[in-house]
Amino acid sequence: MEHYLSLFMKAVFVENMALAFFLGMCTFLAVSKKVDTALGLGIAVIVVQTITVPANNLVYQYLLKEDALAWAGLSGTDLTFIGLICYIGLIAAIVQVLEMVLDRYIPALYNSLGIFLPLITVNCAILGGSLFMVERDYSFSESVIFGFGSGAGWALALVALAGIREKMKYADVPPGLRGLGITFMIAGLMAMAFMAFSGIQL
Amino acid sequence: MSPKAKDVLLDPIFNKNPIGLQILGICSALAVTSKLETVLVMCLAVIFVICGSNVSVSLIRRQVPSSIRIIVQITIIATLVIIVDQFLKAYAFSISKQLSVFVGLIITNCIVLGRAEGFAMKNPPDLSFLDGLGNGLGYSLVLILVGFCRELFGAGKLLGITILPNVSDGGWYLPNGLMLLPPSAFFIIGLLIWLLRSWKTDQVEKEN
Repeated sequence: MEHYLSLFMKAVFVENMALAFFLGMCTFLAVSKKVDTALGLGIAVIVVQTITVPANNLVYQYLLKEDALAWAGLSGTDLTFIGLICYIGLIAAIVQVLEMVLDRYIPALYNSLGIFLPLITVNCAILGGSLFMVERDYSFSESVIFGFGSGAGWALALVALAGIREKMKYADVPPGLRGLGITFMIAGLMAMAFMAFSGIQL
Repeated sequence: MSPKAKDVLLDPIFNKNPIGLQILGICSALAVTSKLETVLVMCLAVIFVICGSNVSVSLIRRQVPSSIRIIVQITIIATLVIIVDQFLKAYAFSISKQLSVFVGLIITNCIVLGRAEGFAMKNPPDLSFLDGLGNGLGYSLVLILVGFCRELFGAGKLLGITILPNVSDGGWYLPNGLMLLPPSAFFIIGLLIWLLRSWKTDQVEKEN
């Protein structure tokens, strides 16, 4: 149990997807103007990440890994080289299915998340989560925790940045730095704050 | 070279820099820049993928129904990235280890998909190729500047060759450790954008 708690905390704070690995930066900077929209996108990322990382873990463990097709009577196979195309395909498919399911059964949630779901397919945090899972060779249960934790960490950073940017409109920023430039500076300061978590062990 | 082709090639480098103005492709711009060597490899990989995907998408632009175009584009890009990934693993294994997942993440680099969708779907292959090259170079320019600052001031070296002798080796330069850590990349890009927009003032964002 402790192992999982430690993995979760690490995924949220120490190895924050947005601030330590710079994943999902494009959306991170573009959709952080208002707290409400940031919250909507954050929740969508948590949901998608929690589903796609374990799903890709199953694909990796039972289809792609060396000798993974032993259950089908094939030995000596190694399909890891087509991994990238499988992961991105699976992510795109899951996002599409999720969109249709939400539209059919939970229209209220669909309306609030709707515009963000297609964006998520090309969010590097999602693909990055799956690639880290493969690189670190997580088991299925670890990948569930890691998926949820990394999604939550990304959402946390996004909402925090949106909160700061809402206050920024009272500040007098030099013209050349306005908008994108100052957002980079804020993100840099936030990344420094998050670095204070590094080295913490549970 | 016709004037239009020249514009297509040169515009993305300064006037419409993908990183400086369009906020595209930033993820990898920050993560791989702590060393100049990895930066150069990453730039070559991105230029190869973006030119290849632009040309291929442009060649089949009349045959692909618009409802499935995104998935077709992603498949083309992913195939090119797999080629790059396998190539690096075969011929430059240590660099491919350092770049770890970021080679794979070229697939979701918004510049590649953005140019395929925004330019290659509407233009012939030769212009698309130039557009891909221009955007790739615009991206590389920012990356190389950031990588240059980070390696020079963080470790006193460029491409592994000592430029500023460190105090620990009997020299005079005390390395700035912050430069090697992630936050410095944010600051350097922020400053670069400030510089670019002070020079080309039409890129300044309006106050909202």
